[in-house]
Amino acid sequence: MMDLFTKSRKKPDSAVDSFGAPGGGKSMMISAVTVVILLFSWWLVTKLALVKPLFLPSPADVFGKFEKIACTRFYLEEIWVYFGLVEENAVECAGFSDSTLLEHTMWSLYRVFTAFFLAVITAVPIGVSMGMHRISRGVFDPMIEFYRPIPPLAYLPLIIIWFGIGDSAKIILIYLSCFAPLAINARAGVRSVSIEQIHAAYSMGATKSQVIWHVVLKAALPEILTGMRIAIAFGWTTLVAAEMVAAKSGLGVMVLNAARFLATDIVFLGIVVIGIVAFFFDLLMRWIERTLVPWKGKV
Amino acid sequence: MTAILKLDHLNVIYPTAGEPVRALDNICIEFQPEEFVVALGASGCGKTTLLNVMAGFINPSSGTIALKDKPIHGPGKDRGVVFQKHALLPWLNVLENVEFGLKIQGVGKAERRAIALDNLNLVGLGDFGSHPIYQLSGGMQQRVGLARALTSDPEILLMDEPLGALDAFTRESMQELILKVWDKTHKTVFFITHSIEEALFMATRLVVMSPRPGRITHQYDLDFCRKFIAGTDTRAIKSSQDFIKIREEILAIIHGEEEEVM
Repeated sequence: MMDLFTKSRKKPDSAVDSFGAPGGGKSMMISAVTVVILLFSWWLVTKLALVKPLFLPSPADVFGKFEKIACTRFYLEEIWVYFGLVEENAVECAGFSDSTLLEHTMWSLYRVFTAFFLAVITAVPIGVSMGMHRISRGVFDPMIEFYRPIPPLAYLPLIIIWFGIGDSAKIILIYLSCFAPLAINARAGVRSVSIEQIHAAYSMGATKSQVIWHVVLKAALPEILTGMRIAIAFGWTTLVAAEMVAAKSGLGVMVLNAARFLATDIVFLGIVVIGIVAFFFDLLMRWIERTLVPWKGKV
Repeated sequence: MTAILKLDHLNVIYPTAGEPVRALDNICIEFQPEEFVVALGASGCGKTTLLNVMAGFINPSSGTIALKDKPIHGPGKDRGVVFQKHALLPWLNVLENVEFGLKIQGVGKAERRAIALDNLNLVGLGDFGSHPIYQLSGGMQQRVGLARALTSDPEILLMDEPLGALDAFTRESMQELILKVWDKTHKTVFFITHSIEEALFMATRLVVMSPRPGRITHQYDLDFCRKFIAGTDTRAIKSSQDFIKIREEILAIIHGEEEEVM
């Protein structure tokens, strides 16, 4: 057990770390233990009643709220009804703010991923063209650099005035927060292509469009994927702001309404769910990165 | 015999904030079929600029450059380039890198695979086709680069210090390998190096260049590489009296120029 924490130089997988290289060795186990200790201290602090539940609800409270809001029994019953095992769904389902946790989550996922998808299909081509052509760079650079450092909350009122209080305004706000990192990383990716690779392609008879497709875009792919990881994180960050105005359901709404009623346990629950969804999406992105660009950092 | 490549009164001038830099000054040189021309010179003598002009990556400020009597405008598959850093595409494996040129030219899969494999065998990497290039050593990567440049069957091979980044042992065996490939393919080669020994060993014609302005100062016809092809041992060539004598002569030229500048 202990050797999971000590950085043994005898083990073959750590032999690749050369002496003095910063940050060598594995950290997975250490992270797992940290999480366990944090959860344990949370439980202990609430168990000993050191802090009022209003400020810090116990893990049991949060999980209890999860059961209530998620309506797991209700959904299970629905499945039984579907297969004809039970006549009628008799389970009550309260949810929170007129929606179950699943509905809140789906609404937020819909908003974040619609915005993210739209941003990817527009910002990546624009970023690539900014890297390729001076006219495109000249046109888009001042716009992106101007709005990029402004917090989304600052231009939220303007978005509402322009686009109303419907879903489109929320999606546009999240879209804008995803757009800048995607475009900037795509542009940086294009600029990182080695001129030798481009020259090599031309001296093998490639046309300009073949160079863009077979060399520039492939070489930019690692940075485009990095941009996607940053962008989706920005998207989640902006979600709560986007749902502040006139949204009926969504994880952001759930958290904000819960805060209004001082239902701290539900605030916790919402934060945890957003964190977990974002974490799994990041895992997915890292897996895509390993599959699509295994050469990253090796050339 | 018609020249493969002919450079006539070629000038390249880089505009700078101050005095414009004459990177190449009035270069006239012809490349005959199956010649192995090596350019040697200190940094800044314009050898890489010369190669870039021949490859079509740089347009000359004045003068003409023609391949088999046709003027050159921009890069093309009739001139294969091997770079100092391998410049292979890491998202393709070894075989895909070698066949890349034929693929973008629209050659069918079976045919281009066969040609690529022939060229990989030529550089001794026939068994490495499915390897990712980032798992190969520096010497192997340069061999893939050579196979790739050969695959389009160019009129001339342009090699820009291809062995500069390799260790001394790999470098010697790569020199031998390149000469063997040259002998088998009968290509015309233009090869740039910093190393006097390498230049003498490999060249049928040695071009000594000197900086400020970049120009050709001396040319030598050599036959050490033909002796190697005929079967003479590399060490025996490099330690022969003739070799040492001409090596010292060229060293004196290059040192002499440096003192002039000082």
